[in-house]
Amino acid sequence: MIEVENLTIQQGDFSITNVSFTVPEGTYGVLMGSTGSGKTSILEAVCGLRPIVSGRIVLTGVDVSHAKSADRNIGYVPQEGVLFQKMTVRQHLAFALKIRKWDNHQIQQRIDKLAELLGIGHLLHRRPKGLSGGERQRVALGRALSFKPEVLLLDEPLCALDDEVRHQMCNLLKYVQQDQGTTSLHVTHSTSEAIRLADYLFRIVGGKVVEFATMTENHEGEETPFDRLEKE
Amino acid sequence: MTDKLNEPNDVRTDYSAGNTSTPSIQRRKVGSDLPFFTVFLVLSFSYLLLIISLLIADASFTSLQDIGRAFESKEIRYSFMLSMVSCTLASAVSLLIAIPIGYLMSRFNFTGKNLIDGILDIPIVLPPLVIGLSLLILFQTGFGRSLDKTFSLIVDKIGLNNLLEMIGVKPIRGITYELPSVILAQFSVACAFAVRTMRVTFDQISKRFESVALTLGCRRDQAFRYVVLPEAIPGIITAGTLAWARSLGEFGPILVFSGATRMKTEVLPTTVFLELSIGDVEAAVAVSMIMVVAAFLVLGLTRVLGLRTNTI
Repeated sequence: MIEVENLTIQQGDFSITNVSFTVPEGTYGVLMGSTGSGKTSILEAVCGLRPIVSGRIVLTGVDVSHAKSADRNIGYVPQEGVLFQKMTVRQHLAFALKIRKWDNHQIQQRIDKLAELLGIGHLLHRRPKGLSGGERQRVALGRALSFKPEVLLLDEPLCALDDEVRHQMCNLLKYVQQDQGTTSLHVTHSTSEAIRLADYLFRIVGGKVVEFATMTENHEGEETPFDRLEKE
Repeated sequence: MTDKLNEPNDVRTDYSAGNTSTPSIQRRKVGSDLPFFTVFLVLSFSYLLLIISLLIADASFTSLQDIGRAFESKEIRYSFMLSMVSCTLASAVSLLIAIPIGYLMSRFNFTGKNLIDGILDIPIVLPPLVIGLSLLILFQTGFGRSLDKTFSLIVDKIGLNNLLEMIGVKPIRGITYELPSVILAQFSVACAFAVRTMRVTFDQISKRFESVALTLGCRRDQAFRYVVLPEAIPGIITAGTLAWARSLGEFGPILVFSGATRMKTEVLPTTVFLELSIGDVEAAVAVSMIMVVAAFLVLGLTRVLGLRTNTI
């Protein structure tokens, strides 16, 4: 579960105040907002990469408001992947596990599993240079999932991809989330991504996060918030 | 404004009385680019020509035999070895200091950062002789003398002089006018260049790499060691070679702070100076050629392994 309560972030002249939302355990939350609305800042605050002024961030029942990133046990998929240029794909998948001092056998097993799950087995020896946008994002996703985090945070992970690859990645993200049972928070400005992925959809309107829709609201024949979003 | 922009540059309109026909528009013709390229190429080649002429002049004034003869002199062999060792040590220490300074200056904002940035540039803008003189004065102060004394104690304790005696080098008794002063004088200037290069190197490496590493469970030092440092290797090589080349050419501060004692504090630039002062131009040019070759090797290494962009 991802709980954000009355979160206030100040960054120069820009601020977001009293933001609250909850993504229930094992579900996929999507946070939408236009460019410059502060959605990435909120995600970075949840990651522990941006200090908060006030409020609380609770991940799987633990208050991590002022904890270091490394102690939050989160998987983070940044925009455009941000792969380490000098490492092979295999080293990316093994990185967090080596930091956690897993033994080589366990690391190998985990790499095999992730490579199969994400379809990147043939890329393990490659370095990021020359990988396609979709391949980069798969590797970034694998790196984030490698140490089995309970929470997955994705910052516009599909924004640099063409429509077809984006569609494939949406299916993969949904599949991976169900397979791994992670609670996900995905930041995007794309309506189509939000509709495809969200169990819970939040929007930033006027500096506040409002819960816009949940898939559970779907009733036969009725216009759902998702339909309204699509119309917009 | 928009109308003005849309107006063709070369519109010739006949406004003579009674003429109501449409203004005639002549197609605009762009002039030749030849004058631009001619001027720029002539100016560029004039400087290239100067550099190449200097090298050719040096090369024509000396021969391999002259260089060989220069190496027969045990004083020149000593100054060559001292230059190689002191430059390597000065550039290694420069890197050791420049990497943390460059990283902190690149990654963090703090009060007084501009002031510190300015201070770090002082060795670059200060006349080299002044740096030598300042070092000399510093080591005459109480603080400098105590440093000198502590250093001598450490040298005695680790038995460095025994080692030096074994390879036929005079023992070290302090810093000023002794071997360590050569390295310190070279380091004082070279480090400033290494700091600049490392700062630019870290500026070019996205902070997002560290952010991702932190979320993957790294401490700051692990993120630096495993993620940032490998990305910075070309910059480190550039900074190291630049510091080395800078140290090799250092003369003014060494002359003032270390003196020009043969078989003691004599480095290659000192040799050139000493040979010139006794009228042995051939030996001076031969030693200069040794430095030219060393500089070329370093330049080649930087081009092959280092940063592709200029940093200074």
